[in-house]
Amino acid sequence: MTLANDTLLEMQRRMLRIRLFDERASKMVKRGEIPGTVHTSIGQEAQVVGACMALAEGDTMTGNHRSHGHPIGKGAKLGPLMAELVGKAWGVCGGKGGSMHLADFKVGSLGESGIVGSSIPIATGAALSSKVLNKKSVSLAFFGDGAANQGCLYEAMNLSSVWGLPIVFLCENNQYALSTPAYTVTAGKIADRAAGFNMPGVRVEDGQSVLAVYDAVRTAVDRARSGKGPSLVEVMTYRFNEHSEGLRLAVDYRNAAEKESWLKRDPIKLFRSYLSENGVADEATLADIESEVAAEIEAAVQFADESPFPELSVAYKDIYTEPLGGSQ
Amino acid sequence: MTVTSYLGAIGAAQREAMEADERVIIIGEDVEANVYGTMGGGKSRADKGDFLQMFGANRIRNTPISEEVMVGAAAGAAMTGLRPIVDLSYSTFLYMAMDQFINQVAKSRYMFGGQASLPVVFRSAMFYGLSTAAHHSDRPYPMFMNMPGLKIMVPASPTDAKGLLRSAIDMDDPVLSFEACLLWGMKEDIQDGEFRIPFGVARTVRAGTDVTVVAISTAVPAAMQAAQKLEADGISVEIIDPRTLVPFHSEAVLNSVAKTGRLVVADPANRTCGAAAEISAIVAEQAFDCLKAPIIRVTTPDTHVPFSPAIEKQLYPNATTIADAVRKAVATKPKH
Repeated sequence: MTLANDTLLEMQRRMLRIRLFDERASKMVKRGEIPGTVHTSIGQEAQVVGACMALAEGDTMTGNHRSHGHPIGKGAKLGPLMAELVGKAWGVCGGKGGSMHLADFKVGSLGESGIVGSSIPIATGAALSSKVLNKKSVSLAFFGDGAANQGCLYEAMNLSSVWGLPIVFLCENNQYALSTPAYTVTAGKIADRAAGFNMPGVRVEDGQSVLAVYDAVRTAVDRARSGKGPSLVEVMTYRFNEHSEGLRLAVDYRNAAEKESWLKRDPIKLFRSYLSENGVADEATLADIESEVAAEIEAAVQFADESPFPELSVAYKDIYTEPLGGSQ
Repeated sequence: MTVTSYLGAIGAAQREAMEADERVIIIGEDVEANVYGTMGGGKSRADKGDFLQMFGANRIRNTPISEEVMVGAAAGAAMTGLRPIVDLSYSTFLYMAMDQFINQVAKSRYMFGGQASLPVVFRSAMFYGLSTAAHHSDRPYPMFMNMPGLKIMVPASPTDAKGLLRSAIDMDDPVLSFEACLLWGMKEDIQDGEFRIPFGVARTVRAGTDVTVVAISTAVPAAMQAAQKLEADGISVEIIDPRTLVPFHSEAVLNSVAKTGRLVVADPANRTCGAAAEISAIVAEQAFDCLKAPIIRVTTPDTHVPFSPAIEKQLYPNATTIADAVRKAVATKPKH
């Protein structure tokens, strides 16, 4: 697919946002500025942005514990995301979700799930809404190779297929469920499982190429939007950091040669070269984007710094639409 | 007023809600065939037409036997503009979807800081007392009472079934409706046309002065029978049906106990951490000084439901066990 230069540059901008946001988050974890646990998308930016950019405004998506990239890729403001990571009142979830459970309904991000696979039925429901109400919107469910072995995925794929729902099942295959290599717990090729549900299943072997991901997901999104039903897209990728920040395992479950070969395929560097070699942008333009994104991250951190912590009363809010009466 | 059964009342609430709002849909196993009689205008398709004929296949949808995605997809649909009713048939089938109920349905509004709204109703039928054995016979509402974010209705009459269900469908919070099959055939005159009964407002089923009986679901008609027997013995029983367990109308119970000084809680659920335990705790904490006798719980013992009717039926609260508890409460003389 031929894309406008502006779109190509926006892809690079969003990948950089994820990279710099997550690099900063990683530092903040080490300094003790972010409580709880953090999973970065460093190395997987092409897979996230290629998928998000294939969606339109008004489209919805759900994700998982590796959650920052998804709303950033869909265009969410960085300040409220950073404020959420540090548990502040101006956080996108008011400080009640944290790193693993971001959601920004303004950009169609219906929530990231800390339970592996658990948000897939939610994305299916958004697709049902679109179908019943004839909204023409598409829903996308991000999930990892680990979630590919959860039963709810297959319940969702079957239901989506028989109902012809406008949904894309997007498997982010970074090849490890924490320390467990996918091939040791996963029979066959994940993309092939689509055949059992009478839907297209494709594997993007080069998940470090934002354009390759975009093309595959866009095909699936267009198919969904035109009423032809769901697709499964499996994207091969790799996380450059540990499963979660600060995790130290006695055994290195990933071999050095494998790691090195993937580190050479940094999606942001690859796409930078592409943009430059194809005359999409000159060095100055690319450098400008990099410094602009760096400034956005600084501003997001400042926004988070300036935010107050939530009042204790917030812990009792939003359980229901309004507080229950009586002794509860 | 029209004589209406409990099942007919549920059907009427669903039909009126479907007619009033295009966003209301019904999904579930076998809903198209109106298997339980809650999806139609009359008793048969030929009579007044069923929901599939009335509202079409876009809004009445049979699902595969996939509880997890039924529950999760209904939540996702509710978050994006629909107002789904999910018919889960047996209450024990809810267990198949526990992750979706707890981690998604109950927590999404909270965890996302109020961004998510979940106008969705999950209906299920409690088949206890009908020899369906342990896999089909639980009364699982207490375990859901333990999870903030869910509202719970336990209607014990056709009027309440219709009015509460209509409120539930209008509500922007997720509601679990636990409908007892033993009440399906119960009939009474109910108000014609649309009406709503608010959540969190108990019903005083019978006024009395000696003992308060808080009764849930099938324990309500059992308590009524007990009260009639006891009246002959000169014991005046006040029966309160909370109708919704979340929210729970504690004031109604506390006011009644302030008057009677004695409390029996009749709850068909299991004993440990059951609804009766919670209600007893509320009264013990907030009205201890009013009590003239220890609170007595009449519940199902902590066992599974056996198949044989010879050993199943007496496990649940009934008119005899409730009357015995009331007599015991009355026999206790206050020491102060």
